[in-house]
Amino acid sequence: MEKLIQQIKQGKVWPFPGGIHPPGQKALSNTQAISRLPLPDKLIVPLKQHIGANGQLIVEKGQSVLKGQALTKPVANWSVPVHAPTSGVIADICQMPSAHPSALPELSIIITPDGQDTWCELNPIADPSNLTHQELIDIIHNSGIAGMGGAGFPTYIKADSRKPIEFFIVNAVECEPYITADDVLMREHADQIVKGIELMQQLLSPTLTIIGIEDNKPEAIASMKHAAQHNAKIIVQTVPTVYPSGGEKQLIQLLTDKEVPSGGIPADIGVLVQNVGTLFAIEQAVTQGKPLIERVITVTGNTIHNAGNVWALLGTEIKHLLDCQGFSPVPQQRVLMGGPMMGFTLPTVRIGVVKTTNCILAPDHNELAEPGPEQACIRCSACADACPASLLPQQLQWFAKSKEYDKLKEYNLFDCIECGACAYVCPSEIPLVQYYRVAKVEIKEQQAEQVKAERAKERFELRKERLEREQEARQNRHKRKPAAKSADEKQKVADALARVKKSDDKADSKSAVAAAIARAKAKKQTGELEPDNSEVAQERAARKEQARAYKAQKEAEKNSTTQETGDKKSAVAAAIARAKAKKAAQANNSDTADAPVDDKKAAVAAAIARAKAKKAAQADNSETADAPVDDKKAAVAAAIARAKAKKAAKQTDTAQSDELTTDDESSQVQEPSPQTADDKKKAAVAAAIARAKAKKSAKETETAQSDEVTTDDESSQAQEPAPQTADDKKKAAVAAAIARAKAKKAAKETETPQSVEVITDDESSQVQEPSSQTADDKKKAAVAAAIARAKAKKRQQEGSDKS
Amino acid sequence: MKLTMASSPHNHSHKSLNKLMLTVILACIPGLIAQLVFFGTGVLIQLILALLTVSVAEAAIMRIRKRPALTALSDGSAWLTAVLLALSIPPLAPWWIIVIGCLFAIIIVKQLYGGLGFNLFNPAMAAYVLLLISFPVQMTAWLPTADLLAKPISFTQQLSVIFNGYTTAGFSVDQLRVGIDGMTMATPLDTVKTDVAHGLTITESMQSPLFNQWLGKGWGWVNLGFLLGGLYLIKTNVINWHIPVSFIATLAICSGIGYLVAPGTEPGVVFHLFSGATMLGAFFIATDPVSAATTNRGRLVYGALIGLLIYLIRTFGGFPDAVAFSVLLLNMAVPLIDYYTQPRTYGHGMKK
Repeated sequence: MEKLIQQIKQGKVWPFPGGIHPPGQKALSNTQAISRLPLPDKLIVPLKQHIGANGQLIVEKGQSVLKGQALTKPVANWSVPVHAPTSGVIADICQMPSAHPSALPELSIIITPDGQDTWCELNPIADPSNLTHQELIDIIHNSGIAGMGGAGFPTYIKADSRKPIEFFIVNAVECEPYITADDVLMREHADQIVKGIELMQQLLSPTLTIIGIEDNKPEAIASMKHAAQHNAKIIVQTVPTVYPSGGEKQLIQLLTDKEVPSGGIPADIGVLVQNVGTLFAIEQAVTQGKPLIERVITVTGNTIHNAGNVWALLGTEIKHLLDCQGFSPVPQQRVLMGGPMMGFTLPTVRIGVVKTTNCILAPDHNELAEPGPEQACIRCSACADACPASLLPQQLQWFAKSKEYDKLKEYNLFDCIECGACAYVCPSEIPLVQYYRVAKVEIKEQQAEQVKAERAKERFELRKERLEREQEARQNRHKRKPAAKSADEKQKVADALARVKKSDDKADSKSAVAAAIARAKAKKQTGELEPDNSEVAQERAARKEQARAYKAQKEAEKNSTTQETGDKKSAVAAAIARAKAKKAAQANNSDTADAPVDDKKAAVAAAIARAKAKKAAQADNSETADAPVDDKKAAVAAAIARAKAKKAAKQTDTAQSDELTTDDESSQVQEPSPQTADDKKKAAVAAAIARAKAKKSAKETETAQSDEVTTDDESSQAQEPAPQTADDKKKAAVAAAIARAKAKKAAKETETPQSVEVITDDESSQVQEPSSQTADDKKKAAVAAAIARAKAKKRQQEGSDKS
Repeated sequence: MKLTMASSPHNHSHKSLNKLMLTVILACIPGLIAQLVFFGTGVLIQLILALLTVSVAEAAIMRIRKRPALTALSDGSAWLTAVLLALSIPPLAPWWIIVIGCLFAIIIVKQLYGGLGFNLFNPAMAAYVLLLISFPVQMTAWLPTADLLAKPISFTQQLSVIFNGYTTAGFSVDQLRVGIDGMTMATPLDTVKTDVAHGLTITESMQSPLFNQWLGKGWGWVNLGFLLGGLYLIKTNVINWHIPVSFIATLAICSGIGYLVAPGTEPGVVFHLFSGATMLGAFFIATDPVSAATTNRGRLVYGALIGLLIYLIRTFGGFPDAVAFSVLLLNMAVPLIDYYTQPRTYGHGMKK
């Protein structure tokens, strides 16, 4: 470290690899003093003239502003304000082409000068050494200072470096041909620049300050040496004239033998670089109180009569600069902002100069020949010899042409500083830098896409996880209940099963009504075990029973002419049931708490009756007509119903929910199907079908709003009694309830696509539960429920399709 | 006002392919003159034949590829190939030798691989090897220097030999090669190789009138001519110093070691450096940018390996000279060399 400082003090420089020697052309513009332009009749001040966010607009159209008045105020994200370059009126605030290679429109404030050039109140500070660190930073920030060497990085950020700075480097190299703005500024304002350096020293306390100047500027070197002689910590270092020694990274290497790590910033290695123009602006801001509203610009080129440097107000149109210096354009004139190596051509001269504009170059075709046609690369690697970053430009070029982005990254494309040295020396005149720029943009786009895809994937996975978690939670909830059953209860279940079997045998010759009644009775006995909300639910159920019974009756009547004689029995039963149900419903309505038992009885009976009627109707109606054996009827019908339901579900559901639903259903349905062949199950099956149908029609009249509420209640209801079915002969009731809930759910599915998935999950978990429970019990209820659900769904789908 | 848009940089060094190629051709002149002086004007006839052939071949292929023929020709790369091949073959080789060589170099080695910049192999050397293997008699029929010839031959006689196979007086090339003493003359490299194989020492072998103390008569001058041209190329930044320097240094080191180990059978450093195609190979052949290594470190490796191969083949191989073989072999190794010799990019793998 000591040794390094010693070497630096002895004037040692460490040449970087590569570099080129294009004709300097500096004598065109550096022979005369900086002149001042007449006030233009229009100023275009873009809000954003630096790297970072816009300031916030604090003026409006029509408002009068004074010279130096802030037009925007800094907000977050490296925003830097802009100021009125002269006094006048804001003519407009609109989008104007920007001083950028793309010339994309940028929100700009257009000021019509009033010709008075009246300053606003300034706040000069005579002795800045009394200022605190933050005060100084704030002055730099509020004066709108951003790097004036070209990049436009907000100076207050750099000046407020959190990392310790060992070497403060002043970039006075100005290696780009033609440009002499820094050169003449140093000749004329060396004292102010040194003052600016000292302000930065106050902020950063570097070990050493090195001013790097190319040896083609002897006057500037002399004046800077003179101005800095009182300060032992400032060294003026003369560096050989090689392009691009003014590149930040190259200058650091040149002056300190250090390299900025790839992807890092100079502060990472204790170095900070500022351009002389920026330091002058800092001095003006602090000691004069003047914000950044003007800068030195070199106006040069063979088409300019009076090439030289001018003080230009920010926002001055380039046309004004050219006209004032005498401009006689040639055919196919190019006007460059910046120098010939890294500058960019402007699409129009109606663009305002900004904080980073150091040169306006209007060359003719002799000094800067138009590029010739691109020829084949002969791999001479003159480009590699010229590259200051030790890249392999010709390899990069092959990869860029073949869009091998991985290779480009491997060959460190992003360490290219786009200095243009490679393209300058290329004998085949390949526009290498252009290839790299395009490739960089493409790679960045590709990376952005990848990030996006990555995020989407993450979201999807999180969601999947959450759904799985929820489903698991639900399943656990269900599992816990059966598991909690005591041995005593198990015994009860066994008893109940026995009873059911017995009753089934007994009812062999009789109608299934008896069995149902028995079951209903059994249920009545255990009614006390019903959960709290069962009363409300039952009230609702009863109401629905009523509707269903009514419908069943109607259908029965309709079909009665074609019915077999045996079916009339059930029609009668249905009528009776209906009456009972009505009565029960009324009772329920008046006093639900007192009559749960009656309700249930009636409801069950009604259901059974309806079922019978329905069954008959179904048999006659269609598919099952050719099924002579009674026993098989239900099975066939069920199968058909399943198939239909599946088909319908597939057609209309979204792909995701479709899978879930279908899978669940199929697994569930397949399970009990062999058992449907069992005797005497028709009644139960038919009952479920009937209920589902009735439900569907009832549903259609309900509003979506109430539907949801109901469904929720019912599903909870359906879940609740599930464990208790085993207790006694409540199978039928439970199955019915589940079927109802399912039917409703299915209906709801088609209504709100958003909730489809969740509901489907609910269903699947729910469905699996009862089916396993009733498995030992011939699965009657489950089969019925499935069929009912399927049918209801199908209908619902059809209905929604039509609508 | 309508402004022209362009992408940076807006300045150019005014180097061009055409200038580059012409500079290399220009740098061949000292060597060419030496050949003219010592081996007769036949080389000029070969040169003209070669230039005509490559121009026709290049233009025809460009026409077939539907690209502007004139632009391709004007880059000068085909002419350079023609010059290098014409300088490499025996001056009195029959006309079809150079024509076949040029057609092969341009059509197969260069254009079938995609044209300029895409060829894997040095076109001139690939063609040379093709000719050497296909027509070994014609390709090794180098005449001794003019002063050793029993019957001096004029330009018209050389023309007649190239196109008819016989001089106007009816002598064939083999008859012309017979020296004053009635012995058929071979090249110095060939002579040494054969003599050493027959058990003679180098000193004995160099008693032959072909030699001028240490060097083959004429050959030393030809090599000096190419060295001169090569130095000019380095000075004008047309080629980098890496390949010639590592090439020559390696050959010098190897032959030096060989001489120290076996002074009786090893001809020594100077003989190796100034015989055969050493200097032509070092400055004009191995430095062909398209087929050579592209990184500076890679070029050092590339040049050194060519030098090593030349020494090995000359000393232990079946051919008297080995520039073409060595260059072609290393052309194949270029992608590998380039991959492993990439320079350290700024900011990567910091030194401190």
